[in-house]
Amino acid sequence: MSGLELLVVSGIKVVVAFAFLVLTVLVLVWVERRVVAFMQNRYGPNRAGPGGILQTLADGLKLFFKESMTPRKAQFLLYIAAPVLAVVTALLVFVVIPIGAPVTIGDTTYTLQVTDLDVGVLYILAISSLGVYAVALAGWSSGSKYPLLGSVRSAAQMISYEAALGLALVPVIMFSRTTSLAGIVEAQSGTFGGLLPAWNIVLLPSFVIFLIAGFAETNRAPFDLVEAEQEIVGGYHTEYSGMRFAFFFLAEYINMFNMAALTATFFLGGWNGPLFGPTWLRYVLPVIWFLIKSWVVVFLFIWARGTLPRIRYDQLMAFGWKRLIPVSLVWIMLAMVAIGVRRFGLPWA
Amino acid sequence: MAEFVVFAVFALAALAGAFVMLVARNPVYSAIGLLTTMFSIAVFYVLLDAHFIAAIQVIIYTGAVMTLFMFVIMMIGVDRDEDTSERLPYQRPIGIILAIGFAGVIVVAGSGAWVTGSASFAVPDLNGTIETIADELFGTWTVPFLGTVFLLTIAAVGTIALARYGPTGPRPVDDGEEPT
Repeated sequence: MSGLELLVVSGIKVVVAFAFLVLTVLVLVWVERRVVAFMQNRYGPNRAGPGGILQTLADGLKLFFKESMTPRKAQFLLYIAAPVLAVVTALLVFVVIPIGAPVTIGDTTYTLQVTDLDVGVLYILAISSLGVYAVALAGWSSGSKYPLLGSVRSAAQMISYEAALGLALVPVIMFSRTTSLAGIVEAQSGTFGGLLPAWNIVLLPSFVIFLIAGFAETNRAPFDLVEAEQEIVGGYHTEYSGMRFAFFFLAEYINMFNMAALTATFFLGGWNGPLFGPTWLRYVLPVIWFLIKSWVVVFLFIWARGTLPRIRYDQLMAFGWKRLIPVSLVWIMLAMVAIGVRRFGLPWA
Repeated sequence: MAEFVVFAVFALAALAGAFVMLVARNPVYSAIGLLTTMFSIAVFYVLLDAHFIAAIQVIIYTGAVMTLFMFVIMMIGVDRDEDTSERLPYQRPIGIILAIGFAGVIVVAGSGAWVTGSASFAVPDLNGTIETIADELFGTWTVPFLGTVFLLTIAAVGTIALARYGPTGPRPVDDGEEPT
C-alpha cells in the first residue's frame, strides 16, 4: 500500500470508528435506561421516537445548548483539559479492537480495525491507565470538596483493579501466544473436538476476574463509589455542566462498550462464528457475531447495575487486593503448569 | 519528514514538561509536567520502533508511578503552601555548573560514534519485539534478570518492614476496617 492510500484508508477507518462509537453510545444509553426501568418495574424513556430511542439525542441537544459554568476556585486550564482527556482515552482504546474478519477487495486486504498493533494488549492497558488522569484532574481542578473526594477514590480504585485486569489477561496471552488483538481472535477460531468453539472462555477464572475488574475499571455499579450520588453528589463531575459534562458522559459509555467489546474479543472469540451464504454475507456475518457478543456483555453490565447494591469502600479495596489479585496470580501459575505439561509432557513420564 | 515533525513536537513537549515540573509552585502542575515528559519519551520509543518499551513506559511510568504521585499529592492536601525557602546555600551555583557540564557532555557524546553506536547495530524488527526482548531476558541475561527480581523483592519487603515496625516493636495496624 502506498503512503497516500494508507493515509486515505486510515482516515476512513478513523471516521467510521468514531461514528460507530457515537451511534453506539446513543443506543447504549437508551438501552440501559429501558432495561434498568424494566428490572425496576417502570417504563423508562418511551416518548421521543419509536420506543423512546431518540431520548439520548434529545438529551444531548439539551446539553449542547446549556451554559457551561466554571466554579470560581477552579484551575481553568486543567478544568477544561480533563473532559477532553476522558473522551480521547476512551476513543483511543477502540482503535485496536477488530470488529470483523479482514475484507478482501480486489488485490488488497483491509482489516476491520483501525490498526493492528503487535503490542495491542499492552497498548490497551497503557491507554486505560491514562484514563484515570481525566477523573483525578477533573476532581482536583474543580476546587470543590466532593469532586476531590470522588477523584481520590477513583485513583485508588483504578490503580487497584488495573492490576487485576492486567493479570487476568496473562493466561489469555500465554495460550494465544500473541499480544495482538487480531492474533488473539485468530487463535480462538478453531473448535474443541469439532463441537464446541475454541473460545478463551474456557479460561473461566480469567474471564470472571476480567469481568469484575472491568466493572470496577469503568466505575460501574456495584463499584461506582466514584460517583456515589447519595454520598458525594456526583463525584468528580459534580462541578461540570453543559457540553463538558456531556464529554464525561460520552467517555463513560464509550468505556463501557469498549470493555464489553474487549471481553468479547479476549474471551468470546471476537468475530468468530458460523459463516454461510454468498461472499458479501461472509464479510457481514463476523461483524454481526462481534456485535451480538459485545451486546450480551453490555447486558451483563446493565444487569449487574440493576441488581447489585454498591459495596463499601474498604470492602472494595480488600476485595481487589486480598481476593482478586492473589487468585489471578495462582491461576497464572496453574496456566503455566498446564502449558508446560502440554509442551514437555508430565514430569514423571 | 513526518517522523521529524513528530519528534520535534514531542521533544519540545518533553522539555516544556521538565521545565514546568521544576518551576511550578503547585505540586499538581509539577506532576502534570513530569507526566508530559514521560509520555513524550514513550513517543520517542515508538519512533524508534520499540513498541514494547513504549507500551511499558506508559504503563509503568505515566500509568502507575505518576498516578501514585498524584494520589499521594491529593491525599496529603494540595492547598497547603510549600516552604520554598532555600536551605542549601550553594545549591544554585552548583546546579548551574552541573547543568553546563551536562550540556557539554551531551555535545561531546553526540559527536562520537563510540557513544551512539554504529548504524548497523540498530536493525528495526517491527514484528516480534516482545519475542526478541524475551529471548534476551530469559536466555542470555537470565541470572542478572533474576538478581534484579530478588533485589526489588528485598527492597519491597524492607519498605514494608520499616513501615510496620518501629524501634519499639510493631506499630498499631490500620486494617482498613470501618470503626464499629
